[in-house]
This record gives sequence, C-alpha cells and structure tokens, in this order.
Amino acid sequence: MTPDLPPLSRQVLHPVELTLNRQRRTGHAQPRLLLTDFLRDELGATGTHVGCEHGVCGACTVRIDGVACRACLTLAVQVDGRQVDTVEGLALADGTPDQLQQAFKRHHALQCGFCTAGILMSCADWLDRRDAPGAAPHEPTEAEVRDLLSGHICRCTGYTPIVAAVLEVAQARHAARKAGHA
Amino acid sequence: MKPAAFDYLRADQAEVAVAALARHGEDARILAGGQSLMAVLNMRLANPALLIDISRSRPMAAVEVANGQLRIGAAATQASVHGRPGLATELPLLALAFPHISHFQIRNRGTVAGSIAHADPSAELPLCLLALEGEVVLRRARGRRVVKAADFFTGMLLTARAPDELLEEVRFPLAKGGTGFGFEEFSMRHGDFAVCAVAVVVDGQRLRIAVGGVADRPTARDFPLLHGSALDDALNELAWSLQARDEPQASAQLRRQLVRTLGRRAVQQALLNRHPERSTA
Repeated sequence: MTPDLPPLSRQVLHPVELTLNRQRRTGHAQPRLLLTDFLRDELGATGTHVGCEHGVCGACTVRIDGVACRACLTLAVQVDGRQVDTVEGLALADGTPDQLQQAFKRHHALQCGFCTAGILMSCADWLDRRDAPGAAPHEPTEAEVRDLLSGHICRCTGYTPIVAAVLEVAQARHAARKAGHA
Repeated sequence: MKPAAFDYLRADQAEVAVAALARHGEDARILAGGQSLMAVLNMRLANPALLIDISRSRPMAAVEVANGQLRIGAAATQASVHGRPGLATELPLLALAFPHISHFQIRNRGTVAGSIAHADPSAELPLCLLALEGEVVLRRARGRRVVKAADFFTGMLLTARAPDELLEEVRFPLAKGGTGFGFEEFSMRHGDFAVCAVAVVVDGQRLRIAVGGVADRPTARDFPLLHGSALDDALNELAWSLQARDEPQASAQLRRQLVRTLGRRAVQQALLNRHPERSTA
C-alpha cells in the first residue's frame, strides 16, 4: 500500500530534480509555478518562449521524456525526476546547429524567431518517431507536416518555408534510412 | 496569466486520489493531462485549494479490451488510444474523430477521460461517447457506479460526477460487424473547437445522429433508416430542436445549417463504410 503522503504545500519551495538537455539540474518551485517560468527564471533556459499561456500558440513547446508538449500547461513539480529537452539542447556539442536548424536557416523558415523554439521541438519529436525502430517507413508528405505545424502559430513566415525545411529533413532522413536498409 | 496558489498531491494510485477527494471535495480538482484544466487555472477561471495529479500513474493509464468494450483508464492519453494499431476496426468512429481533436502536441498529454470529465459541449470525445452509447465509471472512497453517457452530460461543462468522485474509466462499446460510422466537423481552423460536429452510427435499421457544438451538451437522436427528403426533414427538425446560440464566431443560423449539411455528409459516410469487408476489398 502506498504511504498516504501529505500534499506539497502551496507556500513552500519544493526541490525539482530533472535532466535538462542531458544535464542533471535542480531548482526550487512552488506548486503553482509553470514549467515555462521554471525553465526561464529558475534554470536560466530562456530559449523556451512564453506566448499565450493557455496552450494555443505552441511557442513554449518542449519535450518531456521525449514527447512534445506545452510547458505552459505543465507544472514545474510535475517534471521532477524526468527528462526535459528544450531548444538549447538541439545544437551539436561544438555549437553547430543540427540538421533541422540548418534547414530552417537555409529556407528562411524564421523571421522574428519567437515561435521557432517550440516548432523545432515539435518537429524533433515527429522526426524521431519516424526513425523509431518499428515505425512503418513511408515517404513524408506535406499534409503530415502541415498537420504537425497546425499546433503552432507563426505570424511572420506564412508557414511555407517552415514546411519546406521540415519536409527536406524528413525526406533526407527517409532516404538515408532506405539506403541503410538496402 | 499564472495560476493562483494551490497545494499539490501526486497520486499514482486511484485509492490515494479518491481518499483525497473524500477529504477535500469541491476544493480539489483532478489533474490528468491538464490540457483543459491548466488553461482554466492560468486564466484563473478556477481556483482549487488542491490539485490531485494522476498524470504519472501507470495503473490508471491502462487501456484494455474487456467485455466487448474498450476500457480507458483516467490517466490514459489521447495519443495512446489514437495510436492503437487496431483502433480503426475496434472503434472506427474514434479513428475518424481523433484527427479533429486539437493538435498532436495536445493529444500527447491530454487524456480521454479528462476531456469527458471536462464536458465541453464542442469537444469530440464526449460526442463520440454519447453517439456510441458508452459509459463511465465513477469511483469514490466508498465504491463505484457506472453511468451511461446519456445520463452523464448534464449541461455546459456540467456532468453527473459528484465532487468526491473520480472518473476512473471510460468505456466505449467495440464496433460490431455491419455497423457504419460517420464523423464530420466544422471549425474555424484545423484543431479548434468545433462550431458544429456530427457523429453518425448506422446499425441495422437504426440511424443514430449525435451533434456537438450546438446545444449546451452533446445531443443524440435515434431515427429509422432515412433517405432523401425524409432525411433532410429529420435533420432540419433536429437542427431547430437544439436551441443554437448566436455567438460572435458563429450565428445560430450558421449552426443550424451546419447540422443539416454535416449531418447529411456524416450519414452518407456511415452508409458507405457500413460493411468493413467491402471497404478492405
């Protein structure tokens, strides 16, 4: 039987231990603190942006245990013991932008950049799922990418260059996978 | 905005959650996926004293087939049900409806039971549960009761759940051979809440039409199998009976027209896919 632990008090700062971008980090949070504010103000990871704060705009999208979701609809205390990945963790160890970031640059898939961090995290989850063992490999389609991007609001680009960048990476990875199997 | 202060209890066992509900009642809220509740808290439309977080519970995230039903635990995400390899044969209506439910990033965290407990009149899952004549299991410290979907939704964001009850499980009856399903929705943007959504089940000589987004709760009506102008008349009567509201984004007139148009399309879709053996040929 589980011990009937008392709730975490609203007035107290509680320790939150997590793995942020492959590094062990600890911070402190009241239960009401959102993961967005915890990342930015407590851990200094300001790459994750705060937009609408009700889950609509997608700017705060991060990966929790690999899964893309809204940091503004998550409490900091809920990520205790979990793995959180943000835009800061995408670049390679030497600071070189990763394949997806390079494609965004090449296609001019960002202008002001406010929405970009969230979009990159959603796309990273989607691309990794396509590469997962057991995933049925199929040619990526524009419709799939547009459906994925429907969870993000970008007011600069009109989405077309974003679709082009994501599709290019998905196609390159798909071709590499097929070549690997041949 | 930021939520007001609350205490926080992580409950990985249903026993812990219902014990806390028994103690705190209306002052406590269950936090499952949080995709509706956290937005409500951020906007300070609710101010609970205690959040009971079941989102990391493994036992409550179970999804299983039993007794001719798909039984979905309180913490099971929409993504985990949408991703079932056999969903299109188990529950064709859900397979049709899932792509309309918000976005990938929201379905990753949002739960099936949470959407049903929230009872938004525009939400797709309450509509499907009613169309399929499913049921929910409500659990409190002293026991459980099973409530039919038709008795569960009682108004705008209102349900038959008592403050000390946990919506422990949602039960969708599995599709039977020869039954046809249709789902049509209109929203302002893909993934937005439905201005109008229609779910149709054709089962033998019975035509069941359920409408969401128009009345204060999802509403279903049974008809004999209708065609042509008889179907038009039935849909028109159904449209007028729902007391559609005038709102800035959609007039009552538009909503009635959507019931007629989407209703006809969903009925045609259900009639076409009635025989699974034909569609796979």
